Amino acid sequence: MIYNFSDYINEMKRANKLVVQPRMGFGTLDKMKQGLLAVANCNAPTIGTLTLDSYTRVNDFISPKIALDSHQEINGFPIVTHGAIATRELLDGIVADKFAVQVRHGTALPVEIIKVLLAAGINATEGGPISYCLPYSRLPIENAISAWATCCELLASSREKGIINHLESFAGCMLGQLCPPSLLLALGILEGIFFKRHGLVSVSLSYAQGPSAEQDLSALAALHVLANEYLSDIDWHIVVYTYMGVFPKTIAGASEIIKTSAQIAKIGNAQRLIVKTPAEAFRIPTIEENVKSLELAYSASKNLENNNNLAIDLEEQEIIYHQARFLVESVLDLHCSLNKGLQIAFKKGYLDVPYCLHQNNKNLTRSVIDSRGYLQWAETGNLPFSQDYLNDFSKRKIPITSDGFLFMLGFVQHKYDNVKSE
Amino acid sequence: MKQRTVLSTLPSDSHSWNLVYLQLLLEELGHEVINVGTCVPIDVLIKKCHESRPNNLVISSVNGHGHLDGMKMILAMKKYPMLKGIRVVIGGKLGTQGCDSKDYAEKLLRAGFDAVFSEKEIPEFISLMNEDTKNNNQKIAL
Ligand code: B12
Repeated sequence: MIYNFSDYINEMKRANKLVVQPRMGFGTLDKMKQGLLAVANCNAPTIGTLTLDSYTRVNDFISPKIALDSHQEINGFPIVTHGAIATRELLDGIVADKFAVQVRHGTALPVEIIKVLLAAGINATEGGPISYCLPYSRLPIENAISAWATCCELLASSREKGIINHLESFAGCMLGQLCPPSLLLALGILEGIFFKRHGLVSVSLSYAQGPSAEQDLSALAALHVLANEYLSDIDWHIVVYTYMGVFPKTIAGASEIIKTSAQIAKIGNAQRLIVKTPAEAFRIPTIEENVKSLELAYSASKNLENNNNLAIDLEEQEIIYHQARFLVESVLDLHCSLNKGLQIAFKKGYLDVPYCLHQNNKNLTRSVIDSRGYLQWAETGNLPFSQDYLNDFSKRKIPITSDGFLFMLGFVQHKYDNVKSE
Repeated sequence: MKQRTVLSTLPSDSHSWNLVYLQLLLEELGHEVINVGTCVPIDVLIKKCHESRPNNLVISSVNGHGHLDGMKMILAMKKYPMLKGIRVVIGGKLGTQGCDSKDYAEKLLRAGFDAVFSEKEIPEFISLMNEDTKNNNQKIAL
């Protein structure tokens, strides 16, 4: 029997422990079970993950079967193809004390997936109408919004049976890199409000580690304030993701960025950390690599003495807070229905994710990494900011070459790989 | 002659930074680029090729399903003789095991790709893209 996700988080919160969780998903039932068992028995407070494959994410339930029948590896666990009964059996076979699991997928139209995970007895998943559409799909936002509204209502309906289901917003990541923190926070809060309006009572807000630890801590502090303002009537916590962009290639660099993410999470008062592995830059990690990284991250969260003097930059916290709050309010003002408001916001470019190719994203905004390593707006497109919120960067246009673009994408990778190979 | 290039990924792949990068690169080489975006269904891709009569079709995939879906795509494309003159290449991280995309090259080349690149072979890709295609598609009126 799997444990309730939010109960586990709240127990660990009282025990002052950071919960660590992998991004792990394998094609076959056998391997998935081995993976979950290894996570359950690892030397840290963990939550198990079923990361779904990318065929399932586009509602193609046939291709996983063809691939598995011919012994080809796929990039995750095809929950719909295996079905609710087989998935439930798999989970029932995991005998572990207080083990909760979450399904992580990346699906714009997830009704089928949600039905199967609920039928399999799972009580936590991840997503959102914007954060699971823009980075994962070419379908219109409008369709994702209505599908996610249905899914929220499905998840909320278990309350009649006394079950609280948990939903995490993926908005703290967006495309994994180069999205300024204020937009990540605004999208997360908007998705949190969306979840709440559609009946959920337990949610989490995410934030992905960026190029600067100081900026990350400032953003996390701002996120706490915003969550208290907008979601104080439901159960919420913050989840940090180890860096989601182009990852360090050396073992030393990868270990260092993983440890830093754990310290940011702990100091920034997050309850949970989604951990990557040193295989990230190359391939899907093994079970052993996942377990090792979880243990590394958890132990780093307990050793805050050598934390390289991580500290909040109060000025940056102010900027992030005001920009984010301004975006949230601008969108809420557009329409009394948030479902409509979100659509209008993207149409007007009030919400606009840098470099995102999705058809409903204006793609007029640009970001840049400044000399402090902070992620900044370089071009704000139609974002409704008033001039006071902006800095010099956002007033100049920068042309970008393919080499310059790769350099910017590789900034974090180089930062960590170089420090460690000196 | 300015080359026209359709740039795309495959049905299950939503990674887009690779596409943004390759578009910048191809434009620097003087190509006119039609970037079809992410998670492109095979029929949408084939339609795009009919519409825009490109010299090149460049497929980039990094999610690990590229060798499986690349195969499906190239077999589907063969059913359309009008698309025959297009130079079709694929590259990226084509499998999930971290092995070189070259490991899949033989099969993919046999199925009809004109070139298969590992993720490191940008220089090789550039020299091929600088070569003119013998494409006579342009002359076929629609
Ligand atoms: C950012 C990112 C994401 C973002 C993507 C957002 C977006 N819309 O783009 C998010 C978080 C949403 C995401 C999701 C997923 N991702 Co991802 N992602 C990454 C990450 C961290 C960076 C990718 C990146 O931005 N690279 C920058 C670009 C410029 O580099 P590139 O893509 O590698 O392309 C270069 C070369 O490969 C080459 N190249 C690429 N294509 C071509 C084509 C030709 C012709 C040529 C010549 C060269 C070439 O040239 C480029 C420049 O050098 C990588 C790991 C890493 N590299 O650190 C994983 C990674 C690519 N993701 C992976 C996976 C599996 C997924 C998921 C399925 C989730 C999961 N199971 O982990 C989902 C599903 C998405 C889907 N439906 O496809 C795997 C792929 C595994 C594999 N192939 O073995 C990786 C390697 C991570 C890992 N180790 O597990 N991801």
